Amino acid sequence: MATKLAAVDAVIVGFGWTGAIIAQELTDAGLNVLALERGAFRDTIPDFAPTHIQDELRYAVRKATFEEPERQTLTFRNNSGETALPMRQLGSFMPGVGVGGGGVHWNGQNWRFLPTDFKVRSHNQQRYGKKFLAPDMTMQDWPLSYDDLEPHYDRWEYLCGISGKAGNLGGVIQDGGNPFEGPRRREFPNPPLKRSAASLKFDEAARSLGLHPFPCPAANTSRPYKNPLGIQMGQCTYCGFCEWFGCGNYSKASPQTTILPVLLRKDSFRCKTDANVIRVNLDSSGKRATGVTYVDAQGVELEQPADLVVLCAYAHHNVHLLLLSGIGAPYDPTTGRGVIGKNYSYQMSAYIDVFFDEIVNPFMGAGALGQVVDDFNGDNFDHGPHGFIGGAYLSMWTTGGRPILQHYLPDGTPAWGSQWKRAMHENYLRASGMQIHGSVMSYRQNYLDLDPTYRDIYGSPLLRMTFDFQPNEHAMMKFTSQRAIEIAKAVKGVRGLHKRAREGHYGIVEYQTTHNTGGAILGENPRDSALNRYLQSWDVPNLFVMGTSAYPQNAGYNPMGTVGALTYWAAAAMRSRYLKNPGPLA
Amino acid sequence: MPTISRRSFLVAGGAAGISACASRGTRRDVAPLDIPNETRADAPLFFNAEERRFVSAACARLIPEDELGPGAVQAGVPNFIDRQLAGPYGQARTWYMQGPWRKGSEQQGYQLKFAPAELYRLAIRNLDAYCRRQFHAAFADMSNSDQDAVLTALEKDSIELVDVPGKTFFTMLLQNTTEGFLSDPMYGGNRDFAGWKLIGFPGARYNYVEEIEQYGMSYPLPPVGLLGRRGGRTRKI
Ligand SMILES: Cc1cc2nc3c(=O)[nH]c(=O)nc-3n(C[C@H](O)[C@H](O)[C@H](O)COP(=O)(O)OP(=O)(O)OC[C@H]3O[C@@H](n4cnc5c(N)ncnc54)[C@H](O)[C@@H]3O)c2cc1C
Ligand code: SF4
Repeated sequence: MATKLAAVDAVIVGFGWTGAIIAQELTDAGLNVLALERGAFRDTIPDFAPTHIQDELRYAVRKATFEEPERQTLTFRNNSGETALPMRQLGSFMPGVGVGGGGVHWNGQNWRFLPTDFKVRSHNQQRYGKKFLAPDMTMQDWPLSYDDLEPHYDRWEYLCGISGKAGNLGGVIQDGGNPFEGPRRREFPNPPLKRSAASLKFDEAARSLGLHPFPCPAANTSRPYKNPLGIQMGQCTYCGFCEWFGCGNYSKASPQTTILPVLLRKDSFRCKTDANVIRVNLDSSGKRATGVTYVDAQGVELEQPADLVVLCAYAHHNVHLLLLSGIGAPYDPTTGRGVIGKNYSYQMSAYIDVFFDEIVNPFMGAGALGQVVDDFNGDNFDHGPHGFIGGAYLSMWTTGGRPILQHYLPDGTPAWGSQWKRAMHENYLRASGMQIHGSVMSYRQNYLDLDPTYRDIYGSPLLRMTFDFQPNEHAMMKFTSQRAIEIAKAVKGVRGLHKRAREGHYGIVEYQTTHNTGGAILGENPRDSALNRYLQSWDVPNLFVMGTSAYPQNAGYNPMGTVGALTYWAAAAMRSRYLKNPGPLA
Repeated sequence: MPTISRRSFLVAGGAAGISACASRGTRRDVAPLDIPNETRADAPLFFNAEERRFVSAACARLIPEDELGPGAVQAGVPNFIDRQLAGPYGQARTWYMQGPWRKGSEQQGYQLKFAPAELYRLAIRNLDAYCRRQFHAAFADMSNSDQDAVLTALEKDSIELVDVPGKTFFTMLLQNTTEGFLSDPMYGGNRDFAGWKLIGFPGARYNYVEEIEQYGMSYPLPPVGLLGRRGGRTRKI
């Protein structure tokens, strides 16, 4: 029997980005809050200090700050005819572990979804006709709109001190920003980052083709900034050890740099680290969560009672916990019934390495330093002639020039020997990477469930991921990649391109993005979704589930801007309605 | 825990005192051999003499010394690989290593039950045996062109080894060689910043606010490592 601990008002499972926001909001509302985090405590100093953080081998190659598959991983297969096998090493995506979660080592590319991204099904059906969507597509409109989220996007962006240029202020298109974005109420809190050589060249080329380039909104602060919680951030130094690393300079927005200095001082807040939650406990009715059970550093099982449980464990970990706890009906791809595990989706991305005549110093960069065009994303262009839906942004990044994983070599370079060496010598300082960062719709056959064979270190069945890219996404990728090549060819002073296409089956070996979505989606009704529009479980109303697991399908943008907004949106509903009268909000 | 026996077996092969079976729940983020090893002398921690000869010979072909400067051997890469294999990486400490073991699709990734250290040991034994049969010499004693032919065949997956897939081993060896050539010198490779000087990377610096807008300019300062300008040339203790 697990030891039962003293009850708290709210227990938060996972103390990354969403966990920190919820903890801050619920303690502000007067609750006694406990966060349980499976990893260790970490802070800017000492953990990310420039005395040791610029260590590519340790952090980026050996992945010191990421989830350890030894302890927890998932199994993977492309389709339900195959036997899923464990992801034995990290590859395609790398969930974070430890205080701050993925917030510590994200890039900070911070996006809002397009207004039409929230109604992908109805909008596309209206514009292109019902037959335009493939029959196995299971996208659903979001049960909330861009306008619902706008104030919360704003709140998130000011929390983080996003550096950018508005493209649409209250409906008026602005020069230098993204003309396709939804209307925003005010400018970004900080001006864009300084431009890299490569991003300026891209900008010029895109303009010459009549496209609309703009700087990626960045959670890397372009100047000193004090956020609304009174926390001071420093100017980004373009150190180039950004994504996959913690920031030693208080410049990358993370729980540590934007929330924790305030939250950790509150008596009503506690966080236990090395506390791995293994299930949510229910009462005998199965309709009320009584708390969670976790395993501590000594391997001891403990039961933590709470009135309110909030899962903030990252996309597929949330789904895993729901399945292990028997909350909600597991999704069945043959009947299409059930909701937990449904509509798992991802991001589809590809690269074009660009080789310049001139030196472009790739090592001077920041996680979100890049110039982007959004002309071929979402429904920003007429899909009629092309036969697919969705799209991608096209970007020229200068995120860093870490030598092991960020060196680019022209087509046909041998992988070793003197010729390789010469190519390294001639190209390292002159290369930069373009990205095609695309949407992925959801499909009946792409889903998550529990693996029948493999178990984690706690003895629980691993999550099983069944996923592949579908024809719509391949068509999207082909079309947007061609557009990207046109831009690359228009860049002045380019002597070569190397395409790293994304074709064929999805595989988990090569890192793509940690943008896993779906599996516990929000929706209009309990038949089609796991959560209502406030991210509250339909089945267990004192359980809320934060993060990208709620996305009914994935848009062509990095997810965190929308996760941040969605978390504030849910917190607002908890504060204004749920806490006053606990019960279903929809 | 199901992994105990496999790991104790591996530990016998390496010098690392790793107890992978510490209480579940404890993350050992920094295992002893993650720590810079510049304070250790050059004596191998994992490789036996034959293995060390093989790896040095292979490294010399993968990144040769030539008119552009030092190669992998001069940069200390064999030493780097030895340290890595003796440490948590070599033992696959963070990998999921529970069975059942099955051959998967390419998309499903690495499905061998061998940790890197074990893979090296088996592959080198297999390869030297292969070379003795085909070329009547151990790999390290073959001519450069014969060595290149063997490496190329491995890369193209056209040599079948007894215990392990040759191409998987080649990929790992090349990856580790590149890592050693281009990682911070404190790990034993990239000696005198040979790799970073070759490409023009200034190392563990942290502030380019002044320089980032000086387009087309070469960055003037020489490479620096986390342990400073010397970069961590092996200090004898
Ligand atoms: C390298 C990288 C780059 C990225 N770049 C971008 C970007 O540029 N833009 C963008 O929008 N997004 C980016 N992302 C994604 C972004 O980091 C995530 O979307 C974000 O962190 C999600 O927040 P979260 O709170 O859902 O999860 P996290 O921040 O990951 O937090 C989840 C926490 O829960 C803990 N946890 C999990 N399971 C348990 C359990 N059972 N018990 C206790 N604790 C548990 C984890 O240890 C972790 O700390 C990136 C991700 C990575 C890995
Ligand atoms: S690039 Fe800027 S935000 Fe990123 S880690 Fe370096 S200083 Fe921090």
